[in-house]
Amino acid sequence: MNAPVTETLEADVLVIGGGTGGPMAAIRAKEANPHLRVVLLEKANVKRSGAISMGMDGLNNAVIPGYATPEQYVKEITIANDGIVQQKPLLAYANGSYDMIRYLDKLDVKFEKDGAGDYAVRKVHHMGTYVLPMPQGHHVKKVLYRQLRRLRIGVVNRYMATRLLTTRDGRIGGAIGVNTRTSEFLVIRAKTVVLTCGAAGRLGLPASGYLFGTYENAANCGDGHAMAYHAGAALANLECYQINPLIKDYNGPSCAYVTGPFGGYTANNKGNRFIECDYWSGQMMLEFWRELESGNGPVFLNMTHLAPETIGEIETILHSNERPSRGRFHARRGTDYRQRMVEMHISEIGFCAGHSASGVWVDERAQTTVPGLYAAGDMASVPHNYMLGAFVNGAIAGEEAARFCAEVDLPEADGAAVAAEQDRVLAPTRRGDGLTPFEVEYKTRRLVNDYLAPPKITAKMRIAQERFAEIRDDLGALVARDPHELMRALEVQSILDCADMAAAASLFRTESRWGFYHYRIDYPETDNDDWFCHTLLSRDADGRMRHRKHAVDPYVVPVDATEMTAYQKLRIVPAEAAE
Amino acid sequence: MPLAAHAASVPVVVDDAKCIAAKGCTVCVDVCPLDVLAIDLVRGSAFMKYDECWYCMPCEVDCPTGAVTVNIPYLLR
Repeated sequence: MNAPVTETLEADVLVIGGGTGGPMAAIRAKEANPHLRVVLLEKANVKRSGAISMGMDGLNNAVIPGYATPEQYVKEITIANDGIVQQKPLLAYANGSYDMIRYLDKLDVKFEKDGAGDYAVRKVHHMGTYVLPMPQGHHVKKVLYRQLRRLRIGVVNRYMATRLLTTRDGRIGGAIGVNTRTSEFLVIRAKTVVLTCGAAGRLGLPASGYLFGTYENAANCGDGHAMAYHAGAALANLECYQINPLIKDYNGPSCAYVTGPFGGYTANNKGNRFIECDYWSGQMMLEFWRELESGNGPVFLNMTHLAPETIGEIETILHSNERPSRGRFHARRGTDYRQRMVEMHISEIGFCAGHSASGVWVDERAQTTVPGLYAAGDMASVPHNYMLGAFVNGAIAGEEAARFCAEVDLPEADGAAVAAEQDRVLAPTRRGDGLTPFEVEYKTRRLVNDYLAPPKITAKMRIAQERFAEIRDDLGALVARDPHELMRALEVQSILDCADMAAAASLFRTESRWGFYHYRIDYPETDNDDWFCHTLLSRDADGRMRHRKHAVDPYVVPVDATEMTAYQKLRIVPAEAAE
Repeated sequence: MPLAAHAASVPVVVDDAKCIAAKGCTVCVDVCPLDVLAIDLVRGSAFMKYDECWYCMPCEVDCPTGAVTVNIPYLLR
């Protein structure tokens, strides 16, 4: 066996993940100090990677003066998350929201404006007004790419980071990556690392059975969560899954945030509304699931009552942005929004703070619990942060990392750790036969559906843990016949790590919370006496999962007890029952 | 365990008559987030090598000659 081909790089700021928050972190670090060596590492190609590969149809959480205040926003998201939030990072996001919109505007990202040139903000949330449409939002990645080039940021495409390097004193030291086309290694020594690897979106199996037919960009498989875990970082509230209402089978958004302001709404099979608000939350998903399971299912998105011109406008947005192939999907089935309601379903489970609340624990400076390691976007713990949150928190991470660089020296790479990691990575290439990444992934994700998807049942989750342990033994038989298959073989190891974390975190919190996201049959009530707290999961010195409770910091924006229940009352009471 | 060769229909279709991979173009291969496209050096055109598609469409939209069509994968069509 020849020694693996290994290149080395040095960076002041290493950003891992070139989707949304990553490019912004790199841009802001470089803008903060143009002398810094900023490297952006991407598993795919920065031009078209991540959740906004094809752009985005709107901002779901714009805090714009005249429509909303940062305090109102913090309050709304606190209530939507049953009170379990760190308000300081939420407030940091909300305070940065408007500046980031103007910054993006200056870079030529197009937002909808009214005749007077003001942002045309719409209401979708239960309480406040935060949605800013982007009918021409298909060009966001191009704008980001132009700025990366302008600032001459070092972009390294088609390298998958596999593990983070840490120093003896527990500080971040860099990362190891492997080329997805050649299996060459890259060891990057770095003073700081920003993780922006997106959601763990390949955790549950979509109802279609197609492994890559996920809600999230299927490249986002939880690499970041797994790397953070193995580096010793804490992950927060992983039992608060992401589960979204999506177009059945297509498994993409319909999207209620686009159609809602035009008059579209979620309906049951009788065409009746059953929820007051289409903004995605655990409580909304619980009502959605109940309706699916009742005689009133399936659930639909109804636009049939809208004027043809309005529907034309909706189609233009939905079929050119974010997931443009949905028009093609509808056409093949003969679904015309004018005549037929769109059948909806619930997605597979995942970890994604973009829409939910779980992820690598960060404070208001985007710092994880590992010194020098930052995280932002869908994989960090700031709830409901969506695309704009990835930008704002990515910017915070980049600026903080730039600052931290001045305080530390470039760590040496730990040669033994690099060699051990190369052995782990290359093991599947050294076998002639065995188990393919495809079948190991399929089985893991099928078991996630069978045993971990809510309603959560203790006995089932324990069985899941037994099955996952068996699969962990099977990893020793993984075989990869080319570098592409090796990438998949590494990804399935991240997926299994996330599956284990989902089971362990769900078992730890012995109550129900966040509506459907953590609905435990054995503990159906919310227990504020014992569980009004975050849960943190991390790896102990012996490599085992460790859980601890972490108190919710005192609120910086007070929330009235009467307001706290607003999201618990989403179900519409039928007229006859109300009479 | 020995391995079997699986056959699967793939959602991305490339029109060989329009594809200019023979002239060195690799745009669709470059932009795919899942890295599932490749160039067939003998035919001189791009093709979908792995059935791992997110039907996201950069390959089709960025193709300079309109040679690429993204269909919805059969399992969820």
